[in-house]
Amino acid sequence: MADDLFKALADPTRRTILDELTERSGQTLFEICSRLSMKHQLGISRQGVSQHLAVLEAAGLVETRREGRYKFHDLNTAPLRQITERWPVPHPSGPEDSTP
Amino acid sequence: MKIHMTSVFVDDQAKAEQFYTEILGFVKKHDVPVGEQDRWLTVVSPDEPDGTELLLEPAGHPAARTYRDTLVQDGIPLAQFAVDDVQAEYERLRGLGVRFTQEPLEMGDVTTAVFDDTCGNLIQIATEPQ
Repeated sequence: MADDLFKALADPTRRTILDELTERSGQTLFEICSRLSMKHQLGISRQGVSQHLAVLEAAGLVETRREGRYKFHDLNTAPLRQITERWPVPHPSGPEDSTP
Repeated sequence: MKIHMTSVFVDDQAKAEQFYTEILGFVKKHDVPVGEQDRWLTVVSPDEPDGTELLLEPAGHPAARTYRDTLVQDGIPLAQFAVDDVQAEYERLRGLGVRFTQEPLEMGDVTTAVFDDTCGNLIQIATEPQ
């Protein structure tokens, strides 16, 4: 599971897909492809985007949902919690904030 | 050579006529019976009565179903229409109960949105590049 997560995050295109799904969850494959090509000038085929989505889905970061005849992709950031559970981030009100 | 006519396959021509005229606001141009139940049914934009016609073609061919279902599943539109203001058109159509699979999306100087024409297709609306 952790391997799937880190593999999914290792690719810049997949991180861009996550950025775009953060902006709006629930996108069709067409919308994701449009965003990558028009906003990010990424020349990836639809098949290529589908493959990236499959990797993100395997990591649990993207979930697909069928609604009638359409298929939407939703963002799920829950698996990212594994990272901070493994390597805890210092609490913001930690020693840094304390004035000498 | 000119593009005089283009077409979309529709499940039901009567329903398509209603959606494309009453909801989208196109105007019927030709309506001629063909065969037993089919019609040669075309619409045009009221802004361009002599412009490109859109043929609302019966989706009777078995291949049409697979073709359209697969495209719809991935959210791919089969036709694109130009509007002055995608956001305003989105709100107008939504108010009329039209289902959007992509809400207005600004990408550089183009804004697009995608909706279901209730006859088996997705349609994209886009602002014309200035």
